[in-house]
Amino acid sequence: MSVIEANGLRKAFGTTVALDGIDLRVDEGRILGLIGPNGAGKSTAINAILGLTPHQGQLRVLGSDPWAARDHLMRDVAFIADVAVLPRWLRVSQALDYVAGVHPRFDRAKAESFIGKTTIKRDSRVRELSKGMVTQLHLALVMAIDARLLVLDEPTLGLDILYRKQFYDALLNDYFDHSRTILLTTHQVEEIQNVLTDFMFIHHGRIVLTCSMEDFEARYAEVTVHPERLAAARGLQPLHERQVFGRSTLLFERADRGQLQQFGEVRTPSIADVFVAVIGGPSTASRAGGR
Amino acid sequence: MATSDSTATPDPSPQPQAGGGSPALALAAPSPLHVLYWSVRRELWENRFLYFVPLIVAALILSGFALGGIHPQFTHTSGSPPRTEQMTVTPLDQASLGLMLCYVIIGVIYCLGALYNERSDRSILFWKSLPVSDVTSVIAKAVIPVLILPLIIFAVIVVTQGIMALAASAALFGSHVSGSTLWAGTPLLPMWAATLWHLLAVHGLYYAPFYGWLLLASAWARRAPILWATLPVAGVLIIERLVFHTSAFAHLLLSRLGGGPTGIRFPPPPNMPMASPTLADLGAFLASPGLWIGLVIFALLLAAAVRVRRYQGPI
Repeated sequence: MSVIEANGLRKAFGTTVALDGIDLRVDEGRILGLIGPNGAGKSTAINAILGLTPHQGQLRVLGSDPWAARDHLMRDVAFIADVAVLPRWLRVSQALDYVAGVHPRFDRAKAESFIGKTTIKRDSRVRELSKGMVTQLHLALVMAIDARLLVLDEPTLGLDILYRKQFYDALLNDYFDHSRTILLTTHQVEEIQNVLTDFMFIHHGRIVLTCSMEDFEARYAEVTVHPERLAAARGLQPLHERQVFGRSTLLFERADRGQLQQFGEVRTPSIADVFVAVIGGPSTASRAGGR
Repeated sequence: MATSDSTATPDPSPQPQAGGGSPALALAAPSPLHVLYWSVRRELWENRFLYFVPLIVAALILSGFALGGIHPQFTHTSGSPPRTEQMTVTPLDQASLGLMLCYVIIGVIYCLGALYNERSDRSILFWKSLPVSDVTSVIAKAVIPVLILPLIIFAVIVVTQGIMALAASAALFGSHVSGSTLWAGTPLLPMWAATLWHLLAVHGLYYAPFYGWLLLASAWARRAPILWATLPVAGVLIIERLVFHTSAFAHLLLSRLGGGPTGIRFPPPPNMPMASPTLADLGAFLASPGLWIGLVIFALLLAAAVRVRRYQGPI
């Protein structure tokens, strides 16, 4: 069954259109990355999905309208917004007590064991913890909730690489199974490429590309071309061209890999490269090609 | 296990959920009262000044009493017993009035921050990620000034006055005025009953619309909730004065603040033992339209605050 289903999801703030009619379907067991530049509408989409903001158009999360029933929905949905939303005055023990008190699907023993693996002390207040430890605490609370949908909005923003790595490792090893669904946004696209099962590019409030990682490898190919062969390679209509160490790297969509191999070693590009190619548009490609 | 999830009575023990991983049990949602109980505790964790400030005020009152109060007033008791009695009631009343003033001030400060601070520190995103409705959150915040704060202030008043009474008795020990003569005219228990009655009826229920208004301002304001709370009121007062040349709204507010036509004696007549409430007092209070009109306004203001909180995000 689909966990999130949106048809013509729209949201405007005054004359600014944040979401311009989005159609979206996320099935159970997927890990979907919502990728887009700042102000593309990622956070608005996530706020609508979490019932934090009213919206136009049809939106169903686990079968119900999130704006109408946020508190009920939150029994099955867990959410980490960008770091530092845990109140600074809260003690670790109080956080455990409170979530255990109000959340029917919270497994306190599980949360305690996650916290036990860190250096976080029970009687510490959040203000005494480092940014990385606050994220560990929040993740421990959320992973102990038996939720069907986990939403992460820039969960690792401002963390150093060690914590970022730990964060996704914990998520995949200790939390994710195929009855759960994860929706996440991040700026560090490269780090989550191996985590995702699907990704979606969002730009100016519209979805410009939806792709599963299974399709991704077949769909996109990249090859670094020797200058002498450049004209011939360009003849195959690359999606995008960029310069790396003075040599041109061409990105192709749905091209024949066998045909590309004559120009050099064919690789699967990173999502970030495809992102630049798709969002940057043809103007960027021609500019990059001209230099 | 996990039985207290579904019990109606709040259970302070956090154990029930421990290890409760099986889906069937996990589906049993905690009762609304249980969620409210934890939400109220959450408020007390965050706003520790709610009990620290009264304790500090009580400590100041007691040290003032110890330094200046006991000896001049109680050891030089050459006068007649009635005069002694007057002197003991006055410091006790002062303690009580001081703590009630403290109640008013921290009540206002609490209400103005209650729905504002969670937005300015962004923690509203965490609270809204949990299965707690906006209604429950706002009610938990309204319970503090209406019910929890009067009980805290009452407990502090009882302890403060108890210590003062014991200290005064100890100071009189060995003098020619016996303690029993002194306290015969100062019945502590009826006085405490009257204090509790006054705190719950006037400061809690009768002032409830004020708390509702402050909570709404706190939910609404994107900055300076105190201005949102005061300027509209000042505006109404000024416009009424200019347009109609009357001050009915000002009188209404002042009569509310003064306890109004509730059948409650307020302020208590000086130098007289306060009367404990009789059934007639209680009946008159519950039958007074002023109480119920106030509670309806309180409910409407809270409903507005719930609606505003629903739309609000971090600021």
